Amino acid sequence: MLKKGLLAQRLVGWFLLAVSLLNFPLLLLWDHNVTLWGIPIFPLGLFIVWTLLILGLVWIIERTPDEE
Amino acid sequence: MLSTTLVISVAFSYLLLLFAIAYSADRAASKGRSWINNPWVYALSMAVYCTAWTYFGSVGRAANSGVWFLPIYLGPTLAMILGWLVIRKIIRIAKTYHITSIADFIASRYGKSQRLAQLVTIITLIGIIPYVALQLKAIANGYQLLTTSLNSSPLRSAHWWQDSTFYLALLLAGFTIIFGARHLDSNERHEGMVAAIAFESIIKIIAFIVVGIFVTYYLFNGFGDIFKKAQALNILQGLFNFNTATNPLAHIQWFSLVFLSMLSVILLPRQFQVMVVESTDEHHLKRAVWVFPLYLLIINIFVLPIALAGLLTFGLGQGNPDQFVLSLPLHSGHEWIALIVFIGGFSAATGMVIVEATAVSTMVCNDLIMPWLLKSSTFGLHKRNNLTRLLLWIRRVAILVLLLLGYSYFKLAGDAYALVSIGLISFAAVAQFAPAFFGGMYWKGGTERGAWGGLLIGFAMWVYTLMLPSLAKSGWVSTSFITSGPLGIEWLKPEQFLGLTGLDNLTHALFWSLWLNTAVYVGLSLWQRPSAREASQALLFVDVFKRKPHAAPVFWQGQANAQDLINLLERFLGVARSRSSLKAYAARYHLTLDSLTADAQLVHFVETQLAGAIGSASARTMIASVVQEEPLELEDVMRILEEASQLRAYSKALEEKSLSLEKATAELRTANEQLKSLDRLKDDFMSSVTHELRTPLTSIRALTELMLDDPQMEWEQREQFMGIILSEAERLGRLVNQVLDMAKIEGGHAEWHTTDVDMKAIINQAATSMSASFKEKGVLLQLAMPDTVMILKADADRLLQVMLNLLSNALKFVPAQTGLVTVTLSDDPTGITVAVQDNGMGIAPEQQALVFEKFRQVNVGTQQGTGLGLPISRQIIEHFGGRMGLRSELGQGACFSFFLPRI
Repeated sequence: MLKKGLLAQRLVGWFLLAVSLLNFPLLLLWDHNVTLWGIPIFPLGLFIVWTLLILGLVWIIERTPDEE
Repeated sequence: MLSTTLVISVAFSYLLLLFAIAYSADRAASKGRSWINNPWVYALSMAVYCTAWTYFGSVGRAANSGVWFLPIYLGPTLAMILGWLVIRKIIRIAKTYHITSIADFIASRYGKSQRLAQLVTIITLIGIIPYVALQLKAIANGYQLLTTSLNSSPLRSAHWWQDSTFYLALLLAGFTIIFGARHLDSNERHEGMVAAIAFESIIKIIAFIVVGIFVTYYLFNGFGDIFKKAQALNILQGLFNFNTATNPLAHIQWFSLVFLSMLSVILLPRQFQVMVVESTDEHHLKRAVWVFPLYLLIINIFVLPIALAGLLTFGLGQGNPDQFVLSLPLHSGHEWIALIVFIGGFSAATGMVIVEATAVSTMVCNDLIMPWLLKSSTFGLHKRNNLTRLLLWIRRVAILVLLLLGYSYFKLAGDAYALVSIGLISFAAVAQFAPAFFGGMYWKGGTERGAWGGLLIGFAMWVYTLMLPSLAKSGWVSTSFITSGPLGIEWLKPEQFLGLTGLDNLTHALFWSLWLNTAVYVGLSLWQRPSAREASQALLFVDVFKRKPHAAPVFWQGQANAQDLINLLERFLGVARSRSSLKAYAARYHLTLDSLTADAQLVHFVETQLAGAIGSASARTMIASVVQEEPLELEDVMRILEEASQLRAYSKALEEKSLSLEKATAELRTANEQLKSLDRLKDDFMSSVTHELRTPLTSIRALTELMLDDPQMEWEQREQFMGIILSEAERLGRLVNQVLDMAKIEGGHAEWHTTDVDMKAIINQAATSMSASFKEKGVLLQLAMPDTVMILKADADRLLQVMLNLLSNALKFVPAQTGLVTVTLSDDPTGITVAVQDNGMGIAPEQQALVFEKFRQVNVGTQQGTGLGLPISRQIIEHFGGRMGLRSELGQGACFSFFLPRI
């Protein structure tokens, strides 16, 4: 696994985190009838998680040196 | 209501603009300036994922079921996180083996199987035609909404020749033919088409944001306002949570949608076309994997507000939610906004149709029609010399037929259920490729039999559990088999197969089809050993990153004739193109066109080139028809692999050896350079020393001669001369001493008497011994020292030498009478610093670096020095681990300072 390079490992790690954040049971954390800034928390939470996942991906893919 | 002429002419102008962009991009590419060779265009072209189904349908989905429109876009985001690993591997495989479609990819992996390519193509066709129909319907509906008043009932034109959608289908077919099948490219790349698609992606996102901002901030007062009003009317009830009470398996449904769209974003023919086939550089993927999800995020921000605004405006259950993006601006009388929205939807639909038709036409031509033509003798293909035109025409007709089929489906299905839900049904169809596709990329054990069986059962289950019920709900088939099972057999009910209940239709179908597909694929693969051909292709696919493109082993044995191979290539690629690619091949092996030997390498090369034009399975058949092949056994595959890896190890060893040789050579070269420069330095030093010795000697000799020649010389004159002689002799002595000193220090022979040294005492001593000279020139010497300083371990005599040198230097450069020299001593825990500041003329920046070099005297007019004082001082300071420096500006005086560390 060590030979596989840091970038590949980071991407796989991020993918696993993303899958768990966008599915049950972690998704239940947002599943409430509450509003934040006037917006229901469920869609808002999904959009926030989505944005963070993309930002993390940007950081990983643009900043990790590729050993290949 | 807008006039039909206006809408049609705007749409037509838009298509013309698209045409102009595609045309210019093609022109630029033929001049070697590729527009699409950059990561942004690549990422935008991926956004062909967002079709009219996204553009109109997302809002509809959101209005009906709240957040359930999102999984379709979250899945691609997940896929893109792994994109750099997975999609890059697909690109590498496709580019290495000239694979131009997803059918070819799967067929090539499993031993270039013809029947596998055909099956994949048929599944694609059946899954995709309704999807194309959906795009045409979206445009037709949008057009109708724009050009008729809101309340009138929709009119359906009676005959197809009066239907503008029919002409639209023809127009799109024409466009696709021009940019998707104008000329034959062995890599199936279409610069113009990709540029146009990227442009369409920009248009559709801008149009959607325009309507989003219009609805959210013009018709309403922002997000909060819409949500508050919706809440007040109880519309939100059930839209923003999972209602696990009514739908206990909601989380499985959510997961399956995310999973399905994650697979589709890679396996849909149009996505494969833009991501893999049209890829110009796999490094573009690095940027695209985050730009594409970002695009999806942005285009979805306003979906919920528009959906809720539609529900608020038209009332729950009123109006068609799929049309909210258009009907909202129309309802408030902003027809121009509606026109912009229509163009956005138009671009989403046309983009999808163009790319999909191009991709599918390649598959239909290479995998359905060509094999059949090549087999049948009625067309006399074996007699034709140039088949490139035939290939192109097959593709053009395939594009036209595909569009017409899409149109027919649209006419037949109309508003039926089959069309509304078709997006996800198409996704589920291409998802059947997943086990064979990804299994083939990462598992060497997968066999053709397994892939075939898995695809067949998966496709059958898809038809039975998803497609047929959707047709039944459209009223084409009796629904009795859904409600009570075929022939009344309960446990065969298509939506509760084997009595599995509780899941929604899509999840149910996806589960059964993919589960059986995977099980059969793995099961049949493990049933029998892979054949030699399957094993060799598996090795090439799975290990594609382990070898450089041209170092891959070639699994072929037999006899061939070079001319036969060349003729074959020319028939399918044309003379000019096959010549140039053969020339490139010959150049790689340092051969000429005439001296090509028909070895396995050449056979492999010709086969790969052919595969780019007619697909790998057909290419295999054609090659087999012109060479005498010896059947490949599994042992042969292992042997070839062994040889290749031995060869690789051997060349690696050679490479390493030459690398180490290179390194040694480089080291020797630098050593030599160093020696040379040392030699030069020594020469410079010798000539400087002799020069410095000659000047005083000359003046001593001249004055002595003068005195000898003139015995009557006045005593005063004589005394003056002897004074000069004495001072010149002293200078000589000083010079010789310093040269010796320098040599000793540099050679490491100097004697150092290290004792405890009080720097303050040394400075005082130096000041005292120089005080006479300072007084004589009228220069003021100031000392600024703390009461006590730390005691250093150093050589007191040497440090005194340094101080005297700095003081006499300063004295030389300050003006008489007004001169001022300040010595500052300071200490901190790390060591002490001594600075000697004068108010002389200063030293120019370009000369500052030179003053510490031997015999480099800064030009100061009559003042004479040996030019060795500063270099020696620096050597002494550095000997004690310190450093010496100079800070000066012209006209601002100079400040020499040194730092000595506490040891």
